[in-house]
Amino acid sequence: MNATSEYSAKRKVTLVQAKADGAARRDATEAPGDRIVQACWSCQGPVAVGEPFCPSCKAVQPPGQADHFQRLGLPRGFEIDTAALEKSYFQMQRLLHPDRFATRTPKEKTLSQQQATSLNDAYETLKDPLARAAYLANLMGRDVLKEDGNGPVDPMILMEAMEMREALAEAETAEDVATVTKRAQGEIADCESELSDAFAADDLDQAAALITRLKYLRKLADDTRARRAELRGRG
Amino acid sequence: MALLQIHEPGETPAPHEDDTNVAVGIDLGTTNCVTAVVVDGKAEVLRDEDGQALVPSVVAYAPDGSPIVGGLAKSLIAMRPDSVVSSIKRLMGRGIDDIKAVAGHLPFQVEPSEDGAAMVRINVGGHKLTPVEISSHILTALKERAEGVLDREVTRAVITVPAYFDDAARTATKDAARLAGLEVLRLVNEPTAAALAYGLDKEAEGLYAVYDLGGGTFDISLLRMEKGVFQVLATSGDAALGGDDFDHAIAEHFLKDWTGETPGAGAVKQAIAIARQVKEDLSTADSGTWALDLGGEQQSFSLDRAAFEELITPLVARTLSICEDVLDDADVTPDDVKGVVLVGGSTRVPLVRKKVAELFGREPLADIDPDEVVAVGAALQAEALTVGSDTLLLDVTPLSLGIETMGGLTEKIIPRNTPIPVAKAQEFTTYQDGQTAMAVHVVQGEREMVDQNRSLARFTLRGIPPMVAGAARIRVTYAVDADGLMTVSAREETTGTEQSIEVKPSYGLSEDEMSQMLYDSMKNAKEDMTQRLIAEARVEAGRALGAVKAAMEIDGDLLDDGERTEITALLAATEAAIAGDDRDAINAVVEKLEEGTRSFAEKRMDRGIRAALRGVEVDRLDEAAHERDDVVRDYNHARKSADVGD
Repeated sequence: MNATSEYSAKRKVTLVQAKADGAARRDATEAPGDRIVQACWSCQGPVAVGEPFCPSCKAVQPPGQADHFQRLGLPRGFEIDTAALEKSYFQMQRLLHPDRFATRTPKEKTLSQQQATSLNDAYETLKDPLARAAYLANLMGRDVLKEDGNGPVDPMILMEAMEMREALAEAETAEDVATVTKRAQGEIADCESELSDAFAADDLDQAAALITRLKYLRKLADDTRARRAELRGRG
Repeated sequence: MALLQIHEPGETPAPHEDDTNVAVGIDLGTTNCVTAVVVDGKAEVLRDEDGQALVPSVVAYAPDGSPIVGGLAKSLIAMRPDSVVSSIKRLMGRGIDDIKAVAGHLPFQVEPSEDGAAMVRINVGGHKLTPVEISSHILTALKERAEGVLDREVTRAVITVPAYFDDAARTATKDAARLAGLEVLRLVNEPTAAALAYGLDKEAEGLYAVYDLGGGTFDISLLRMEKGVFQVLATSGDAALGGDDFDHAIAEHFLKDWTGETPGAGAVKQAIAIARQVKEDLSTADSGTWALDLGGEQQSFSLDRAAFEELITPLVARTLSICEDVLDDADVTPDDVKGVVLVGGSTRVPLVRKKVAELFGREPLADIDPDEVVAVGAALQAEALTVGSDTLLLDVTPLSLGIETMGGLTEKIIPRNTPIPVAKAQEFTTYQDGQTAMAVHVVQGEREMVDQNRSLARFTLRGIPPMVAGAARIRVTYAVDADGLMTVSAREETTGTEQSIEVKPSYGLSEDEMSQMLYDSMKNAKEDMTQRLIAEARVEAGRALGAVKAAMEIDGDLLDDGERTEITALLAATEAAIAGDDRDAINAVVEKLEEGTRSFAEKRMDRGIRAALRGVEVDRLDEAAHERDDVVRDYNHARKSADVGD
């Protein structure tokens, strides 16, 4: 038992290193502890874990357990190359979207839907700075996705949110709302840049606090949007 | 990368693809329907002998119940208003309660619900029919017309639906197609289809808005077009706002001064028919006078463009307000939009064009006939799904999907404008000791209170193992597929009790009702079903055949002569079975093929694992030779532990 887990641990380390070095087989090494090669459901031949298609019979494979960064072939981190994200997402969807399997067997249709669902999940999470930050913190072992998992909220954050909410409540014209919107957007940009620094410094406490602040600011931005729609409806 | 080496579906057509079986695109509209098909790479709208592409979405029922669809039915409105039904799309997926809210404006005679069934039935000339059945009669007529024009069988179609259609309306549309003997390859949102038609013709790149005002529905979609990818960023609309409402506004204006007896259903239908004419006339003329026969009395009405525009201004303003919301949702301004595409016959009304141009600060595009553009897009998508294509549509959910929580509040699970397909899981627990069941109520909409949203489905999770309150963990997964249709599954995590729930929309047909209708509507239903099953067996056999052939090509050297002869014989038998019509024989031979290649598969796996391990080793060698020994040792350990694991 002990021996086995030691092997596994050792194997994990080695595989992760191998991954960094051998890009061609990156997917083969993505599920430490599991087999690195699985049997294709269609031709029963070997498929590296994480490969979307069987190399011999080309059948689509299940999406597997890769994290969002791995799935879209991006380095793990808060700073992200948006162009690369989109390019990879579009490229993968071109191959895996259910529209490409409309005349295939039910099994292939199901697998393609699962693949496309996983891709959408990865894309939506990584595209949005708040979702990306929360997901990344989660991967790093801090569960900020849970509502009450972060302890008490910093009074400064609450103060800021309350103050801006008040300003929004008092906004009577589109111009007033625009002022609040602009301020919220500025704060959001600052918050995201600080998040980037926190993640770069591996400061998870700071990152968690900033995620909470960003959540409040985003809620406020949503409310300004609703207020704008309301004013339009009235006018 | 291995990704780039795979074949696009369509490059290697499935064996025995029936060349005479074509897939069409159908725009199933509130007022009119259009069918199109791609011939030699070019989308063609199907026309009748008179060159007419538009088939009025009007069905007349003969005393024996047989339906007449299209122009002839439309001409019967005046003579036999009670036997004719139009604008049925407005009732797709609607329940009795929805109808009540709009009943005053609808020329339908709604039957009171008999057995508490939520599905509406309307009385047409004594026949009690559901909107699904009436729509299926329209689709059957379109199918037959297409078969006549193309001179071949048509069994597969892409059907368009308003982007803002909810789950119930989409399911109803798919059910109607099934009744009509059409396999729906995909439900495509109308604005997305229109964009597809434009994108391919114009090679557009950038952000585009599609403003789609049809007979009964309004949709606005924002799309990003880039190198053949059509990515919908946001969509919104009103499933009960369209050109019909313009007609109603005019008809009400005419009838407002009517002092005689309350006009009957027939008179109202006639007034609406005249109002439609008025709308069309005033889209080109400045004024006019029209005659209306009310209860045997001829009346003439006059209206000019300005008065007409005043009548419809509030309706147009509503569409513009929705446009502004959707721009805001996507965080873009009208200036960011590179072009606006007009879709739907109602965009011919000059006031609509003017107001849209004002909002976006540019003249809208309307070079493709707004009545035909959706069908053209649907045909292109049908071609893409069956033959293959370089383009890809990435669409979104139009409405948030949520569940009811304590106090009648809605908890959003999948927010609107999420790309589909999508799946989200939610964890529940029990709140009473020993609780074994739990009710879940799924709704669609943006409002906070459940009863202000649309109820999609209610179901009860049963078989939860009795535990203390809060101990059970029930994971419910909500998935929306590429057609925008929802499925729900549930699993109790602590014990692994799995339950797949058949969720039928609150306003849909049950599977029993569906079977009965299928039985009633198609005398040859059984034969059709048999054909369908054989076709499915062939596709599956083709898949198995291709898989083994590919494996032979790559790893054939692993076989000795005896094995090769055996597998070759099995392949030949499979090919022979596929060529035949015996479904059981096809299935049996596929099973034999899989059995007969099992040991071959094992050898291939063994080789694959060796190669994978050796491959990583080689990588390491390339990088740093001195680490090699460690790596080899690690991989030997790894293999050992993997073996132990098995």
